[in-house]
Amino acid sequence: MKAGSNLEKILSKGLFAVTGELGPPKGNDVSVVKRKADLLRGYVDAVNVTDNQTAIVRMSSIATSSLLIQMGIEPVMQMTTRDRNRIAIQSDIFGATALGIKNMLCLTGDHHTFGNQVDSKNVHDLDSIQLIDCVRTMRDQGTLLGGEERIEGKIEIFIGAAENPFADPFEFRVVRLAKKVRAGVDFIQTQCIYDMKRFKEWMKMVRDRGLHEKVHILAGVTPLKSGGMARYMAKNVSGIIIPEEIIDRIVKAKKPAEEGIKLCVEQIQELKEIEGVHGVHIMAIEWEQMVSQITEMAGLLPRPKGE
Amino acid sequence: MIKAEQKPMEEILRSIDPYKKILLSGCGACVTVCHAGGEKEVLLLASALRMARKKIGKPLEILEATPSRQCEPEYAQELSELSEKVEAILSLACGVGVQTLVRFFPKMPVLPGVNTTFLGETLSHGIWEERCQACGNCILEKTGGICPISRCAKQLLNGPCGGSSKGKCEIKKEADCAWQLIYDRLSSLGQLYKLEEIIPAKRWGIESRDSGLRRIIREDLKI
Amino acid sequence: MVDFDPKIIAFCCDQSGYPSADMAGSLRLNIPKNVEMVRVPCAGRVEALYLLKALEKGADGVVLFACYEENCQYLRGNLRARGRLSYIHRLMEKIGLEKERIEICYLATNSGVKLVETLQRKTEELKRLGPNPCSEGK
Repeated sequence: MKAGSNLEKILSKGLFAVTGELGPPKGNDVSVVKRKADLLRGYVDAVNVTDNQTAIVRMSSIATSSLLIQMGIEPVMQMTTRDRNRIAIQSDIFGATALGIKNMLCLTGDHHTFGNQVDSKNVHDLDSIQLIDCVRTMRDQGTLLGGEERIEGKIEIFIGAAENPFADPFEFRVVRLAKKVRAGVDFIQTQCIYDMKRFKEWMKMVRDRGLHEKVHILAGVTPLKSGGMARYMAKNVSGIIIPEEIIDRIVKAKKPAEEGIKLCVEQIQELKEIEGVHGVHIMAIEWEQMVSQITEMAGLLPRPKGE
Repeated sequence: MIKAEQKPMEEILRSIDPYKKILLSGCGACVTVCHAGGEKEVLLLASALRMARKKIGKPLEILEATPSRQCEPEYAQELSELSEKVEAILSLACGVGVQTLVRFFPKMPVLPGVNTTFLGETLSHGIWEERCQACGNCILEKTGGICPISRCAKQLLNGPCGGSSKGKCEIKKEADCAWQLIYDRLSSLGQLYKLEEIIPAKRWGIESRDSGLRRIIREDLKI
Repeated sequence: MVDFDPKIIAFCCDQSGYPSADMAGSLRLNIPKNVEMVRVPCAGRVEALYLLKALEKGADGVVLFACYEENCQYLRGNLRARGRLSYIHRLMEKIGLEKERIEICYLATNSGVKLVETLQRKTEELKRLGPNPCSEGK
């Protein structure tokens, strides 16, 4: 065991893992965290806590993760390199592990110009791969990045990262995954998948390199709420591909939201069958109340205990 | 070369407002090439400034000069005589040129007339694009000769982020994704294996601006 | 403003403006008398500085006679002229000068009448605008 988190235990037992996602409030209102936590508790093995996603200022992912622990939910703390240099990153890792956080997702982060602090100076002292390497060094060597200095205490983190099979250049995506594996990543959560054909193609490349045996891949899904949302995401979000027939299906459905859930469940069932996919990451953005239904319908309940 | 853009007229006018007689100095090097502060721009801006001040009844006298390279002591000092006749110098050189004048004319206010923008390349007449950030430790050998420090919005060293779509960057749709360019270039060179290597965290603190003022000393050239 | 006789500098491209002015002369058309013709090899030879300097040195208005689009014997001289004019227009706005004081007018070799009409109209416009407040000696 690298960190002994619930997520790690489930994955290392070879069970199909389910993770969810929680966006912290745009302020310090803990009740928002509590409300979302209540909707997710018991339906997922761990919950990703986003780190100022889309560069919108929110409650810090460390604080929110710590709150989740108090609320009985295991967090996957996300950390971006956008806002922290390596001093802040390592200091935050000390703090996070001291607070009991055991899973961490290493990200570069959305560009700050997408957010609400466009005049800020972005950091990018490290990129996501270098961040993985940094956390691995802290955990496995017990030293700081590039230093001999011993860390007081023991850093125990299950290291995650993201990968996007739908961004370009397509052939490079698997090379990038291989670099992340070499840097020391333990699990991967992918961007939300709608283009199943491309995802399967990517997974084949992953298997050809034998990467599926070195890293746990959790396939990302996001239920579509409406035809408008499907169209918007397809058109405006770089790195997301939604095939026409899926947009069509949601647009033409009498109850688009219900159809979106149905589609999501079908996707999960299809993903489960792909060799090398060890779990799903359900990103029900501001739609956390549907996670119970999705996991129920997909036959993912009850969630096993890691112990 | 260094690329610059002239500051907005309002800002220049505000900065020279207290003065009745100034020296407008261009530079014959980089800012001439990018049409921001060469001889032509000096003449044009001088004319415009005089007219603007005439219009508001506060006439302005302007001496005009364009030394070959304002950032070199020999050329900067050419301005000594002219500088004695004015109350301030408005410089259309880059930030380096401005500070060279500051060094040689300790009692003279020197005002910037351009914004020094980036180190870049001319794509075609009238279009320039950033190519280098003078990071202090060139990695172009690893990246097929395309610089992710200056050309990737996140300065990623190990491949594109998830926002690379159809060859373009999600931050600026008109900009090519640097990592797509790197991929294509290494592919055509038959060197895709270079992408497998993890480029370690850059030593910003030793090699770059972040170590404080950078200076190069060549003992063999010192006088 | 009754006595005001606006001074106009007319830059004439050798392929259009100049032959048109020549034609106007031989037809004895009435070119306003306070116009100074400056013969240039191509409208594209007129730098932004010339346009501004004309105003600074005493002109009330400037007309740039160029060839019609696609008629330039140097292919893009007229387009360059138009580009520079728009640059100067933006600059004039910042200075606080009416941009109507400088205009571009496209001619063929035999547009004598259009040239004269343009200069007459410009003279009337400039009379309404009044003297150039930015020029030397005013």
